[in-house]
Amino acid sequence: MSAASTTSNKFVVGLWDHEEVYLHAIEHIRHKGIDIYDSLTPFPVHGLEDALGYKESRLHTAGFFFGATGMTLALTFMSWVMTTNYPINFGGKPYWPVPSFIPITFELTVLFSAWGMTLTYLVRNKLWPGRVPRIYDKRTTDDRFALVFDAAKLSDADISSIKDVCKKEGAVEVKDKVFAENEGL
Amino acid sequence: MHAYESEFREPLINGLDKTYTKITDDLVAPTERNSTMWWIAVLLTGAGAAFFVFCLGWTVWFGIGTWGLNKTVGWAWDITNFVWWIGIGHAGTLISAILLLFRQRYRTGINRAAEAMTIFAVICAGMFPIFHMGRVWDAGFIFPLPNTRGPLWVNFNSPLLWDVFAISTYFSVSLLFWYSGLMPDFGTIRDRSKGKVRKYIYNLLSFGWQGSAKQWQRFESLSLVLAGLSTPLVLSVHTIVSFDFATSVIPGWHTTIFPPYFVAGAIFSGFAMVETLMLISRKLFSLEDYITVNHIESMNKIIVLTGSIVGIAYLTELFIAWYSGAMYEQFAFYNRIFGKYLWAYAMMMSCNVLSPQLYWFKSMRRNLWVTFILSIFVNIGMWFERFVIIVTSLADDYLPSSWAYFSPTWVDIGIYTGSMSVFLFLFLLFSRFFPTIAIAEVKAIFRISSEAAKAERAKASNATHGGYVGAYKVGPLDKDSRG
Repeated sequence: MSAASTTSNKFVVGLWDHEEVYLHAIEHIRHKGIDIYDSLTPFPVHGLEDALGYKESRLHTAGFFFGATGMTLALTFMSWVMTTNYPINFGGKPYWPVPSFIPITFELTVLFSAWGMTLTYLVRNKLWPGRVPRIYDKRTTDDRFALVFDAAKLSDADISSIKDVCKKEGAVEVKDKVFAENEGL
Repeated sequence: MHAYESEFREPLINGLDKTYTKITDDLVAPTERNSTMWWIAVLLTGAGAAFFVFCLGWTVWFGIGTWGLNKTVGWAWDITNFVWWIGIGHAGTLISAILLLFRQRYRTGINRAAEAMTIFAVICAGMFPIFHMGRVWDAGFIFPLPNTRGPLWVNFNSPLLWDVFAISTYFSVSLLFWYSGLMPDFGTIRDRSKGKVRKYIYNLLSFGWQGSAKQWQRFESLSLVLAGLSTPLVLSVHTIVSFDFATSVIPGWHTTIFPPYFVAGAIFSGFAMVETLMLISRKLFSLEDYITVNHIESMNKIIVLTGSIVGIAYLTELFIAWYSGAMYEQFAFYNRIFGKYLWAYAMMMSCNVLSPQLYWFKSMRRNLWVTFILSIFVNIGMWFERFVIIVTSLADDYLPSSWAYFSPTWVDIGIYTGSMSVFLFLFLLFSRFFPTIAIAEVKAIFRISSEAAKAERAKASNATHGGYVGAYKVGPLDKDSRG
């Protein structure tokens, strides 16, 4: 799925200008057994991951575990400080005042979950400052919905049949895209 | 594939000429042109920000004695400004998180700027307690850091410490939420950049965004969970700010109504500030098609709701003070209304409770001048609310011989007005270099809620059903079908 996991430099790119036509095209193309290498859109298109057959993201599960870590850390740290490391008598109040721990425990749960999830998101999406991405077409962040096919594995006959299918499925433009060696990710 | 929306519902993107291309052009345009007005505004607010730094330097050099605080009123403008700014900072997360969970599509036009506003407001807010500490170089010890005195830890029972955690969490989570949404839009700007340097910088800012289906899938998962986390977070922040007062034994502060009352007030003032800024930005950057009168009306509905909640809280406080039979409590509230700060109480009541009642009328909710003036009134009123709560309760304490009056010094005034300059300065920088409206999110509602898409659908149904959708004639939405 991800562009970085391959050394291929030769692609066929089909561009659509309407997301409904694009979604139908994906379904038909996949039905024909053609392998879609990547799919780029200017905004999150509703139903795209279903059309592509992607599994649900597990990012929220990671978020839960990060949150649980923050919560455990907050509770154990405060308990250790107040009962073991430096117990202080605040006007005869209990040494282990659990209700007082609620606000900080909540905040740290949220803090760990949000940061943990965002960092996981960046790592999984291969996003970092300075990354030079492969731009299959400049308009995919503007007004075009693109399907990318890996041409390196395909014969010329296959390539031309993919191009024909794209055009038949409403693509407004179909083109070859060749990257220089080591250009982008 | 799209969620159904009635053809009769007012569109959120106006203009029959809109396409995805046009949306990109319109929304990126403010970052691509130079304007003299912008430079003048930046220089003016920059000068104000410099004065803010000067006044803080003066405070650190000569001490807190340069403020108008006295033995009786030990907390005044500093904490008032802090709570005021934090309150303003609540609208951003409310708009992006709570309105996302409630699937309110009108958020897409205003969420980006509101989130930016949140971050800048929290920066301004943080300055006040930090500099009130006096020895700012020791500010790090508000966190439980290991030290050579025991180690002696912070007091985990104290609401002031809870505040430290709440506000720093709020700031950093808001920043993540805001920035994760910005990355795709930076990618859009990058891909249309002409210059090499500009392209490099926007690519750096976009973290190398591509917009692949897998990236978007994770993006949506992230925004949804961050929204789910931010919703209780934003409510917890002002709740904890109100604990600073509510857990004390000062009459007028020691009330259990404070958390909901503070949260409602925060949303109220935050929305007002969003309106003030958005009304100016939509004009300056020609964004009238994206921040429509429909958006303004929706925000005004929230203002009249939260303003009325605040009003009911004021009256409840008065009733409970009387009903409690507690002499000191009764005096505190009698003194608030009829005492030496009568003028402040009157400002609070008229700006916060009376003026928003105009919004029961649709013509007022949709009037941009009324909205602009009222949005400023609301923020004046909300500043006075905090001032009334804090200063009236302290100025006349248990011991009449120590009763005092608070008057600000030039340093107090300089820091407060300076903080407004800092806020506007940061907002101006943001609106010049960053996309002020979430481009990708606006595109995502284009097929559902835009005037252009509705007209297209009306035209299609005109051809097949003679202009009827169900029992309704759809003509008015489409110029061609009128004739």
